[in-house]
Amino acid sequence: MNAGDTSWVLVCTALVFIMTPGVAFFYGGMARRKNILSILTQCFAIICIMSLQWVLIGYSLSFGPDTGYGIIGGFEWFGLNGVGQEPSTIYGSTIPHLVFMIFQAMFAIITPALMVGAFAGRMKFSALVLFTLLWSTFVYDPVAHWVWGAGGWLGGIGALDFAGGIVVHVSSGISALIVAIMIGKRLGYKKQAFAPHNLPITFLGGALLWIGWFGFNAGSALEAGGLAAHAFVATNTAAAAAGIAWAFMEWKMDGAPTVLGIVSGAIAGLVAITPACGFVSILSSIPIGLIAGIICYLAVARLKPLLGYDDSLDVFGVHGIGGIWGTLATGIFAAVAINNGGADGLLLGNAKLLVIQTVYLVVCMAYASVVTWILYKIVDALVGMRVDAESELIGLDLTQHNESAYTVLE
Amino acid sequence: MKYIVAIIKPHKVDEVKKALEAVEVNLMTVSGVLGQGRQKGRTEIYRGAKESGGLLKKVKLEIGVNEDFVGPTIKAITDAAFTGEIGDGKIFVFDLHDVVRIGTGERGEDAIN
Repeated sequence: MNAGDTSWVLVCTALVFIMTPGVAFFYGGMARRKNILSILTQCFAIICIMSLQWVLIGYSLSFGPDTGYGIIGGFEWFGLNGVGQEPSTIYGSTIPHLVFMIFQAMFAIITPALMVGAFAGRMKFSALVLFTLLWSTFVYDPVAHWVWGAGGWLGGIGALDFAGGIVVHVSSGISALIVAIMIGKRLGYKKQAFAPHNLPITFLGGALLWIGWFGFNAGSALEAGGLAAHAFVATNTAAAAAGIAWAFMEWKMDGAPTVLGIVSGAIAGLVAITPACGFVSILSSIPIGLIAGIICYLAVARLKPLLGYDDSLDVFGVHGIGGIWGTLATGIFAAVAINNGGADGLLLGNAKLLVIQTVYLVVCMAYASVVTWILYKIVDALVGMRVDAESELIGLDLTQHNESAYTVLE
Repeated sequence: MKYIVAIIKPHKVDEVKKALEAVEVNLMTVSGVLGQGRQKGRTEIYRGAKESGGLLKKVKLEIGVNEDFVGPTIKAITDAAFTGEIGDGKIFVFDLHDVVRIGTGERGEDAIN
């Protein structure tokens, strides 16, 4: 056991925690003023629900001893049975097992919270609660096991995902797109203005996300050492490059750089560097970030209008597309010289890693899409997914929570 | 009695208020409003999506005056709110049937003074 490693990962855990309130602010400011509290409530409820799910079953399903075939962990660690103050024999050998468990809990929390932007302003709160619980158990937990769990089949074939490019961002991004398509467009979409109601709050949320991401990526080293420092610097560099790239794209295409654009770009860069930050060189993080800013801008500003779906706050455009690019970029830029637990990528003459990363993407996206479709149908049949038209027009703050964010009088 | 509604540019509020006070018109209700006239609003763009129909911020003054004050009130607002550019705003004048001062129960012209 190492005190430095333990304290670093505990600090990182708290940093990753702040990302979920951060994403709530990020989305909340972009939502309409009648729906901001529903976003905040959904994200906070997800913190509470997932904290319990993880301790009771989620951690065991994701990281518990494999039940065979590398598909899922069992119930051996149900209720944290055997997960205590001593280090695990498998994960993070220098930190208490409980520290590894709670660090991972924060990832399980933020992943469903990322999705709420796609269906902002039209999902019933009861449906959100039920869907979150089912999705985490049947999509997040298996995918986390495949990649990070001991004996997981994707980790076994050599797929690289340092901090959750696919497990967190692609899985939530593609699932959010499926839900956005299934639940349908917001009433009045394309007929009326849907302007963000409070961009300073979005800025605050973006800043909290960037700070939290240091814990997300650098903490994934699971030790207070050189690899953590490397991941930290790569993370910051990619975010900076992507913020600039997005802002320049809209400056050229739409006439002006915007605060929403530069913050969105930085988030896209953070997403893209997530799977790569512990495997690629610092200088590689610059093209990874620049390309993330450009393609995520194009996905959001050009592809979405072309295809016509209402992924309201661009969960797929930023987390889906950014995560896909980051996963492929890991296959291109990875170098054993950076992390001897990794592999060399395409630029170092190893095309095989890019093939593995592509398989990894295709399998996880197909699995997440199909299971999300099934879970949507189940929840829709049980409690109904979408609020009625009148509730949607009045706003979810009042109709789902009996609250208003902003008073007009006093 | 007349009820005067003036729509003016937000940065002209202080000047108009001082001009009105100079002609002894001290009672007014002020609110922030959105609108568009001949100049239309500015287009807003969020993540590449043009949200046209963006309305411009204006300030609305509502003032009840006795007949003697109608001319000076209009002149004060017109002089102080004028820039000569498009979008200076408008003044609407309505006949006012009655006024009640809630605190004293005074009616009509007495309630305005």
